[in-house]
Amino acid sequence: MKKSLYTAAAILLSLTMAPAQAALRVLATTPEWAALTRELGGDKVDVYAATSAFQDVHRVDAKPSLVARARNADMVVAAGAELEVGWLPILLRESGNARIQPGNPGYFEADANLRLLEVPSTVDRSMGDVHPQGNPHAHLDARNVAIVATALTTRLMAVDGGNAKFYEARGIDFQARWKAAIARWEAQAAPLKGMPVVVIHRDQVYLCHWLGLTEVAAIEPKPGVPPSSSYLAELVTRLSAAPPKMILRNAYNDSKAVDWLAERIHVPVVLLPYSVGGTPAAKDLFGLFDDTLNRLIGATR
Amino acid sequence: MFPFHRSNALRGFAIIALLAMAPAHASELSELRAQLDTLKSDYQAKIQALESRLAQLETQVAAAPPAVAAAEPPAFAATPAPAPAPPSGGSGANAFNPAVSVILDGRFAQLDADPADYRIAGFMPAGDGVGPGRRGVNLGESELTLAANVDPYFFANLTASLSGENTVSVEEAYVKTLALPSGLSLKGGRFFSGLGYLNEVHSHAWDFVDQPLVYQALFGGQLAQDGAQLKWLAPTDLFVELAAETGNGQRFPGTRLARNGLNGGALLVHVGDDIGDSLSWRAGLSWLSQRAEDRSFAAVDGNGAAVVDAFTGRSRTWVADAILKWAPHGNGNLRSFKLQAEYLRRSEAGQLAFASAQQNLTDGYSARQSGWYLQGVYQFLPRWRVGARYDSLDSGAVEIGLVQHGVLPLAAFGALAPASPSRVSAMFDWNPSEFTRLRLQYAWDDARMSVRDRQLLLQYLYAIGAHGAHKF
Repeated sequence: MKKSLYTAAAILLSLTMAPAQAALRVLATTPEWAALTRELGGDKVDVYAATSAFQDVHRVDAKPSLVARARNADMVVAAGAELEVGWLPILLRESGNARIQPGNPGYFEADANLRLLEVPSTVDRSMGDVHPQGNPHAHLDARNVAIVATALTTRLMAVDGGNAKFYEARGIDFQARWKAAIARWEAQAAPLKGMPVVVIHRDQVYLCHWLGLTEVAAIEPKPGVPPSSSYLAELVTRLSAAPPKMILRNAYNDSKAVDWLAERIHVPVVLLPYSVGGTPAAKDLFGLFDDTLNRLIGATR
Repeated sequence: MFPFHRSNALRGFAIIALLAMAPAHASELSELRAQLDTLKSDYQAKIQALESRLAQLETQVAAAPPAVAAAEPPAFAATPAPAPAPPSGGSGANAFNPAVSVILDGRFAQLDADPADYRIAGFMPAGDGVGPGRRGVNLGESELTLAANVDPYFFANLTASLSGENTVSVEEAYVKTLALPSGLSLKGGRFFSGLGYLNEVHSHAWDFVDQPLVYQALFGGQLAQDGAQLKWLAPTDLFVELAAETGNGQRFPGTRLARNGLNGGALLVHVGDDIGDSLSWRAGLSWLSQRAEDRSFAAVDGNGAAVVDAFTGRSRTWVADAILKWAPHGNGNLRSFKLQAEYLRRSEAGQLAFASAQQNLTDGYSARQSGWYLQGVYQFLPRWRVGARYDSLDSGAVEIGLVQHGVLPLAAFGALAPASPSRVSAMFDWNPSEFTRLRLQYAWDDARMSVRDRQLLLQYLYAIGAHGAHKF
């Protein structure tokens, strides 16, 4: 009797203690920033990615499962620049969680640390899905990942002060590995410089900018606006005259319009992971860029 | 005005005087002109040079690699300073303006039966928000929403509805806490009750032009509370939400009470989760209890004479709701499917008064009435959706004391004669962007029981202003 009482007390104690010892719970809106948080936080963080590389992060439902994760999160890691404007505000508001409200240390926006490209001087919805703060798909420039990593390490140290030393050491280690990787990727990408490519949505802008690819056309006439048949026909004429080397397609893009165009202008379509998990090889951030580079180089041969 | 004229006149005189002097200094003038011309061309060249330099700089800035932090080992400051977010539009006094969004709604209706005599048979009329609206071309409800965080503790939202009949009503006006601990939040003001699934959804986000019959019959469309709602989210990975609401109960099926204090309220629970990466669901159970005092409605008795009936008593409603959403890998860009159903059951017990020109009578009343709908919406192409909905109501067991005791015939309560109204609706919509929806709906409406109303509805919805965020 006494023994079972002790056992019960021990179980109860361990239950109440568990949260105190548990890892920092992080809700990341996108798989790339989830992967970065895992790189930087190791086993001190428990990361949940709200979306996968097969989803268009701009169009996601504020699902009950996400509200529940927001409720329990110690920290939200978002891309920002209004990428998640259709669902993240709801999650934050419905979460009943003060820690992750904007303005608190528990709310982190990756893009807020970056100089974004394509910041429009004026915005109007007739321009399509433009983002007033700039193009939010910033992670495909590997140098941006390093900048965000610095900011995120600082933030992790602030939010989870008890493990600050751990995050600092891990951050320094990551930066060293990432720097070496960037050098490797940039060397590998040398033959890609100036290569003309066609994109679908303007979410490869940072990749093109970084590696020096020349974006000659986008299949969406305006961001988020699907192409009409007349626009596609116009693209065929225009691109047949000066054909690009390849058409870039992300894991989450529909292949129909791309394949149609590729067939007409006799140019290969290169499927890119876009984010972590988009292809089997893109298991983590290093894999994401390794695979992206391999696929681009592979297509030039 | 006068001084202005005078100064213009003076200026005119001065010019004339100068012109008059000009011939005397013709050679000087041409010299000056030449100098001016060389200056001009000089400046032009300089400006051109500056412009080209500027353009060069601009392209350099655009192409410049962002400051690369990896260049040196990072120095991590342990200060909790959040990174400065870029200002989000506006400046100065405007920077704190709330997010403004406007929905414009218009419709065309071709109805077989006159909408003026629309009623849902077997149910006490629930006021506005019932029926397909007027015939022909009509402006629908324009919605204006202002929303912003008040301070670190509160979020505030005002949604005003401007009707096509030139009336303004406050749909929602509430504040909601942001900083309560333990998953708690408190909402106060006027808000759509969280019961069921569709009740909280604003009309522009409905998948059909109109509400299911059961919502029209039991709530007159949507139930708003003027009061407060306390909500608690469980600290689990499974979504579990519990909420309690109370208010003045002035909306159907309640009424404003003569006494001080609150009029009933609602308790609700919602549970939800994902199944794999393509399915997500939510289900719930809600209970609403309110008192009605002299909740009157105009009717006709068996002889066609105008009478007024009024219910006083307790009204309780149960709502069971479920929704399932499917999108391949959670990517709804191409295809998605939404299946939703709700079952509502109301029991009312109290007194029913009957007032005609000749008599004023009151006796007991009790009723258990129910209804449900099932609807599915399939997005088969990126911008195209089709949907179908089935509505069914059961006026159920109604006990009217005045009839049971032989005082009046059942015919005197024509509106409450047993009925099982139903409706079938089919919907087709095109969404050229996130902000535009054009919809075609056809319905076979047997709400009246006596006549089938075939309804053809065309609707447009436009959203401008702040990008809306919708709940699940």
